[in-house]
Formats: sequence, structure tokens, C-alpha cells
Amino acid sequence: MTEEIIIAGFGGQGVLSMGKIMAYSGIMQDMEVSWMPSYGPEMRGGTANVTVILSDERISSPILRIFDTAILLNQQSLDKFEKAVRPGGTLIYDVNGISRNPERKDIAVYRIDATEEAIRMESSKTFNMIVLGGYLKIKPVLKMENVLTGLKKSLPERYHHLLPINEKALSRGMEIIRKLD
Amino acid sequence: MEKELRLMKGNEAFAEAVIRAGTDAYFGYPITPQSEVLEYLTAEKPHERTGMVVLQAESEVAAINMVYGGAGCGKKVLTSSSSPGISLKQEGISYIAGAELPCLILNVVRGGPGLGTIQPSQSDYFQATKGGGHGDYKLIVLAPSSVQEMADFVELAFELAFKYRNPAMILSDGAIGQMMEKVWFNPQKKRSGELQPWATTGKTADRERNIITSLDLDPHRQEQFNLKLQKKYREMKEKEVRYETFQCDDAEYLLVAYGTSSRVSQKAIQMGREEGIKVGLLRPITLFPFPSKEINELADQVKGILTVEMSAGQMVEDVKLAVNGKIPVEHFGRMGGIIPTPEEVVENLKAKIIGG
Repeated sequence: MTEEIIIAGFGGQGVLSMGKIMAYSGIMQDMEVSWMPSYGPEMRGGTANVTVILSDERISSPILRIFDTAILLNQQSLDKFEKAVRPGGTLIYDVNGISRNPERKDIAVYRIDATEEAIRMESSKTFNMIVLGGYLKIKPVLKMENVLTGLKKSLPERYHHLLPINEKALSRGMEIIRKLD
Repeated sequence: MEKELRLMKGNEAFAEAVIRAGTDAYFGYPITPQSEVLEYLTAEKPHERTGMVVLQAESEVAAINMVYGGAGCGKKVLTSSSSPGISLKQEGISYIAGAELPCLILNVVRGGPGLGTIQPSQSDYFQATKGGGHGDYKLIVLAPSSVQEMADFVELAFELAFKYRNPAMILSDGAIGQMMEKVWFNPQKKRSGELQPWATTGKTADRERNIITSLDLDPHRQEQFNLKLQKKYREMKEKEVRYETFQCDDAEYLLVAYGTSSRVSQKAIQMGREEGIKVGLLRPITLFPFPSKEINELADQVKGILTVEMSAGQMVEDVKLAVNGKIPVEHFGRMGGIIPTPEEVVENLKAKIIGG
């Protein structure tokens, strides 16, 4: 099994840390992992993206043009990466701030209103965990127990009191993600 | 002691491996995309773990000269930087090579020339392998292609540097520096404290004084010294070539690539083979000494070679020298911080080699 994922959005949405939690979780279940971020000026307020690869085999290229799954969290990312999904692949997006919905018919498109849900949960920082929950519902490549361990490992200890709300965010994401026809 | 598993960026893995190798001192100056080395070393407080010195110098030039001083005392010392910073260090590197001192230099390459870009590149191959500074000298150059090798090559580089009393460089790039992967670490080593017989550690009554210099104004002695250096480099070529092959057994075509490009090339090979193209990869691990003999031998088996580099074509010259006209050798590269995609590699293999 190899799952090649691009996660893209605004800097500050937790794109890179979401990828990091996935990579940690992959390690928990003995997978090979790679986490390749965009770095530099684009991280400072602009767009941020990260390529995460989870595999049972040695990972060749950590840099890809075509992905199994694209998680796209703003309009620029949707414009840039919708075409980068493999035919038959998966696209997950949050409708917030989107002026043009995904158009591809040869891929499975899922919508997750994570921004709205994060506001409902009164914690904007849970946004990325809601998205991750949604992803895991569609692609259960990572076991929830490993994701929780991964989350714990990648959060500094001073934030460990936030683990319960993040866990709740993961399960809310699983509930609210829905497929578009 | 057990090995330890972590998820880390290449730069951080390098820094942790430096501490664990029992290194005596690091001197550096921050520059993207290698700043995590200095950041990690500072945060880890290695002076508490092993007594290792970590110092942010006032400039790259100061840092390399601190390395020169530490190396002259026989200590295990290093510096790290990225392309423009490595250019600033070249005078010092030439002096260290000329004084026959061991040290480690990490270059996390970014696109150039000039300040260029902060994105990954491999355009410092010539500088690293052909002598970036003045004079007839060579560095031992190791090219990691994973976060694991960013860690593993620290000990290897120091081992070779001390064996040959020669500076060793790890030539990485922004992608490997910034990427996170699994990495296994060896247990912590103690700093050795061993006195090198040639080092300037204070003359004792039972030996002649040691002199560390790269200056000898007598041309005859200077020529003899150069001959000695060349003998040393020949010995490295005989004994220290390291490389890896991937799917070469039945290969009709060969890719030659190192570092990040070699990872992209492996994916390209997978894609090419799905289309029935029998293609393999030779990945040089040592860029100097270069695996010329091995490439020459593979040239008897394959119909053509494509080098894949994040440059205008630098290593391709060494591949052409190795092949010596036996078969076509072409180059495919991206520049300015762009990483080639596996799809592009397959397209270029078809266009330049198979169809050519």
C-alpha cells in the first residue's frame, strides 16, 4: 500500500502540522513515511503545502506531480492541485472561501465544512484535525489509536491539555464529511 | 544500547548525528535552507550532553577559520552552510586542504548563482568536486539521498577525513534538509579526547614540534607536497568509491543521479518499467571519488545514459569522462530551485536516449 497525499492551504491553517501528525501516525504502525513541505517566504502568511507519503515499501521520490489524494483548503490550492489528482483519486475540500467548486468528474470529490465546524467547536485550531478526521473516514490508512499517539508525539507537552478537544475534532470530521455527486 | 527511531528533518537529523558522533565543536552561521542545523544544536545544548562546543560565528569566513583552528588541534570539528555561505568559506577550505587537516563541511545546496533562491538545487557539484577554492586539491564528497543518510554520513565523513587528513564535505540539498523521514540513530559516543600525533597541542620534550601551515615558499618542496596530495587522492579513488545500483541487472538504459534527483529517478524507473522500459539507476554516494569504473562497466551493458541533476548539467561531465564515448550520454535537469518530476524524467529518457 502506498498513499501519496498533498495537503495545501493558507499558512496558519495547520497544513504542515496535519501532515506531521500523519507521518508520526504512519511510523506508529511501522510504515515508511516522508513529509516534504513547501518552505521559505510562502510559509509566512501565503500558501503552504506539504506532500505526505505513507507506504509499506521504501519511498522513492518525496516530490511528486500526481497524487492519490489532494486535501485542498483554499481557492489557490484548489486551482493549483485539482488537476494533480490521479484519475480515480480523491479530492477533499472545505467550501469556506471557495468561489469555484471542483469540476473533475473522474475523481471522488468530498466536501468537509471544517471551518464552520471549528467555529461551532469554538476553537479555530481544531480545524486541521476536523479535516484529518474526514480524510481518515474516507481513507482509513491510519488506525485511530496511532493517530492519537502521533498527535501526542507531535504536540509539545505544554499543549497536551488540548488532546481531548483534538480527539473530538477528529470524530466530528468523520461525521461531517460528505461525498459530492 | 539500542538504536533510536525518530521522525526528523534532514537538517535536524544531521545535527543530532553530529552530537552522537562525539564531535568536539561546531562553528556556523545561519542561512536558509540549513538554519535548522544551528537551531537544533543550540536548542539541544550539547555542552551539557558531551561537552561539545557550538558557536555562532560572526560570519561564514570566521566560522571556517575557527574550523581550521580546531582541526589544527586534531579535534573533530565541522561547519555547515548553504551555497552562498559555502562560497564565502572557499579560501578557508583551500587552506585546510593545503594544511592536510580533517574536518566536515555540510552544504545544503540552494539554487544559484549569487543569492539565487532558497529552494533546492544541485548546482554546486562543480564547486564541491573540482575544488571550489584555489589550488590542486580535492574534498571527499558524500551525497546523501535520505534523512537517514544525513545522519549516517556524519560518522563516515569524519572517519574518512581523519583517515586521509583531508576535509570531507556532505553535499546535500534543500529538499533533503527540509524533508522529514524516519531516522535511526546510533547510541551516543563519547568525545574521544585522543591526541593526534600531528596536531598542535603543545610541544612535549619527547617529540619535534608540529607545524600546521599551507605555506611553503620553496617551489621544489611545494611540488613534492603537491605530488603527495595527488598520491592521497589516487588512493581515495582506489579505496573509497561508494555507490548504489537500483534495477540494473537487466537494464537497457541507465539513469545516473545523486541526492534528491536519485529519489525522483527511482520513481521514474518504476513508471518506465510499467511501460516496459528496462531502465536502472546508478547513484553515486561519493561524488569524489567518483564511481567512474562502475559507470564505464555498465556502459558495456546499456544502450544509453541519462543523468538527472538539479543543475544545467555538471555531473554529466564526469559521466561522459567515465563512459569515454562508448555510448550516448545525455543530461536532463531543472534549475533555479525546481525539482524535476518523475514524469519529466521518463519523458526525457524517451526523447533524448531511447528515441535518440
